[in-house]
Amino acid sequence: MNQTTHQFDLIIIGAGPAGLAAAIYSARASLSTLLIDESSAGGQVKTTHQVANYPGFVEPIAGYELAGNMRNQAKKYGARFELAADISAINFVGKEKWVKIDGETFNTKHILIATGSSPRTLNVPGEQEFMGSGISFCATCDGEFYKDKDIIVVGGGNSAMEESLLLLQFVKSITIIHQFDNLQAEKITADRIIENPKVNILWSHEPRRFEKKEDKMIITAENFKSKEFVTLERDGVFIFVGMESNTDFLRNTPLQLTEQGYIVTNDKMETNIEGVFAAGDVRDKKHRQITTAVSDGTIASLEIIQKI
Amino acid sequence: MLRTNLEHVNTKEELQTLIENNEKVAVSCGRMGPMCIPVYDIFDVLSDRHPDIKFRDMDFDIPDAAVIRNLPECRRFNGLPFTIYYRNGKVVKATTSIQTAKQIKDIIQEVFA
Repeated sequence: MNQTTHQFDLIIIGAGPAGLAAAIYSARASLSTLLIDESSAGGQVKTTHQVANYPGFVEPIAGYELAGNMRNQAKKYGARFELAADISAINFVGKEKWVKIDGETFNTKHILIATGSSPRTLNVPGEQEFMGSGISFCATCDGEFYKDKDIIVVGGGNSAMEESLLLLQFVKSITIIHQFDNLQAEKITADRIIENPKVNILWSHEPRRFEKKEDKMIITAENFKSKEFVTLERDGVFIFVGMESNTDFLRNTPLQLTEQGYIVTNDKMETNIEGVFAAGDVRDKKHRQITTAVSDGTIASLEIIQKI
Repeated sequence: MLRTNLEHVNTKEELQTLIENNEKVAVSCGRMGPMCIPVYDIFDVLSDRHPDIKFRDMDFDIPDAAVIRNLPECRRFNGLPFTIYYRNGKVVKATTSIQTAKQIKDIIQEVFA
């Protein structure tokens, strides 16, 4: 099969706020810029109901609209997009770097990784199989399907507890399965959950398997302390166990990652590989906000512009 | 109300006309939620690559969306969006909840190739 080859000044992998901000700066500086994303443009922002803390918007703006504006701004300045793209191979090593997508090769001297993070999954049997038919990751979306039902929530952080409060408006009962023996959520939220008579908590447990028996979910969980297994039968399961970096595709590259899989950079957003930068939630850092992602993307882009 | 770049299906009659007059139709029925928006956006991206397929969305909460909500293929669905693929007027695939671009591309290859 013939390979088509394209040359760009900058290839950005990930079209969330960090990648889009970088693209706006680089395209405005007349760098030929390609944005690649395995999904669509906008990252997590596009699925955020309302954004109230992004400067410049006095009234909250819908995340979908904010993401759309960022995408259109990058397009307006000439950035090219390859969306819903399957990266089949990637090379970071040496001066000439390349990314292969669907029989096409995209060459560059500078790559910016801005692939962000995603809700963590448990990676246990049945989790993917029953997504949408017993297992959910969104209370707002799917809570009403469980009106007056008995459900399980997996997780004990802020997201899990806030989503549980929403679910309590619909369901008959919630059993929380949490791996620790205390909740990690803010105390005020955690207390509201603990004090709710519809809530029962299974401390120091973690799900090991999800199965389905007619309309019921069968959950097998392990007690970390006793190593014993319990089996629960409920109508549904909601999983909120934090976020993880989208760096699986980097595992076999020389790029330096933290134990948690985040990319290590300096304050210029440079990684340990010359010409490879990282920005946004995928980077090892303390605060992950839209504003900090945009800041990272801007810094990376300005550094790259200076080098060309 | 859905605010996407896709054309919306607003009534059951529109849906019937759409699937009667087009061989390949994909409709994602949901809300403006975090599981639904990625599917609409991927449909939007793929609509340029597959002009032979009519990609649409439909508001899950309008009464006429019952035409999708009550499909036998959706009977056990508990996750939005409900996404239905029609070929020659018949349902050939239905999925529940979020799908990745790869999953959607694989389905298109499977049912519309």
